[in-house]
Amino acid sequence: MSVKIGILYSRVRTDEKMLLTELRERGHEVEKIDVRDAQFAIDEAGSVFADLDLVVDRCLATSRSVYATQFCAAYGVPIVNAAETATICADKVKTSLALEAAGVPTPATTVAFTEESALDAVEAFGYPCVLKPVVGSWGRLMAKIDSRNAAEAIFEHKATLGHYEHKVFYVQEFVEKPGRDIRVVAADGEPIAAMTRSSDHWLTNAAKGAETDAFDVGEEVAELVAAASDAVGGGLLGIDLMETGSPHDAETASGDDSPASYTVHEVNHTAEFTALDEAVDVDVPAAVVDWLELKAEAADAADAHLEVTV
Amino acid sequence: MTTCSVCGAELTLHDDAEAGEILDCTTCGAELEVIETAPPVLERAPELEEDWGE
Ligand SMILES: [Zn+2]
Repeated sequence: MSVKIGILYSRVRTDEKMLLTELRERGHEVEKIDVRDAQFAIDEAGSVFADLDLVVDRCLATSRSVYATQFCAAYGVPIVNAAETATICADKVKTSLALEAAGVPTPATTVAFTEESALDAVEAFGYPCVLKPVVGSWGRLMAKIDSRNAAEAIFEHKATLGHYEHKVFYVQEFVEKPGRDIRVVAADGEPIAAMTRSSDHWLTNAAKGAETDAFDVGEEVAELVAAASDAVGGGLLGIDLMETGSPHDAETASGDDSPASYTVHEVNHTAEFTALDEAVDVDVPAAVVDWLELKAEAADAADAHLEVTV
Repeated sequence: MTTCSVCGAELTLHDDAEAGEILDCTTCGAELEVIETAPPVLERAPELEEDWGE
């Protein structure tokens, strides 16, 4: 079955290019929708949305992603990821609350709205701890706070220079990870592939130049990924975990395996997969398109069902 | 064949270039966005914004 898929984008990165190539090679029709040109009327879908079986949100800007997905939902156009997922994942506070409510282990986090209360939160966590912007990406503007002096300086800078979103202080415990974190790309909670990202720097984002290696998803990680995915409403997600406690492959003196525990610290709704595709044997864009085909067919079936029952 | 909008150097697009793709000018290093492919039109790419990226 050939489907017509709309791609919401503003920059064609390697990720989008791989998706476009895979879709076209399989004979699907692709409608590229540049969100910088698109207009979204509240009462009516633009003609660009007519006849699409599925829209894929690949907006580079979080704010555009949040609104564009809501318009698609209002227009009745099937979209991945869903507006609900984008809204939760775009905001670290909402993500933390969703993970906590679902019982997914996530780093201890406190939010404060003034410099004074944020400083109290930092002192309560102790040093080092981490300050993150509630919106923002690629690990930018994240601060590891090592001392009270540093905390005071950072809060003053944020209060003076920051956008209003920087007046929300998201303070998090510093997790002593073994120099790496784990990125799992999953489709509706089902892992497609995973990698570790290692760096001497405390930030181990691929965008920050971390070294990547394939990672085998075990049962515990698979369960956490499924739970984290459900918590934010599912979809194609990049889920980041850190190992806590014993290293994954460590053996104790008694010879017992000491499996690591994990904490989920980030869920990305416009997941990048180029670095993952290079790190693993799985053909990641092919797996993503397999899933998109399923979503398009499911949307089509739901649509047919509606026409029959109405 | 087209020219870099920053330094004027001559550039050739790959056959599979897509509108929206970012290229680096090999002469001046500027980030250029492919606006159109046939005929090729390039513009200086927009600056990175804080809410960009996963
Ligand atoms: Zn140039």
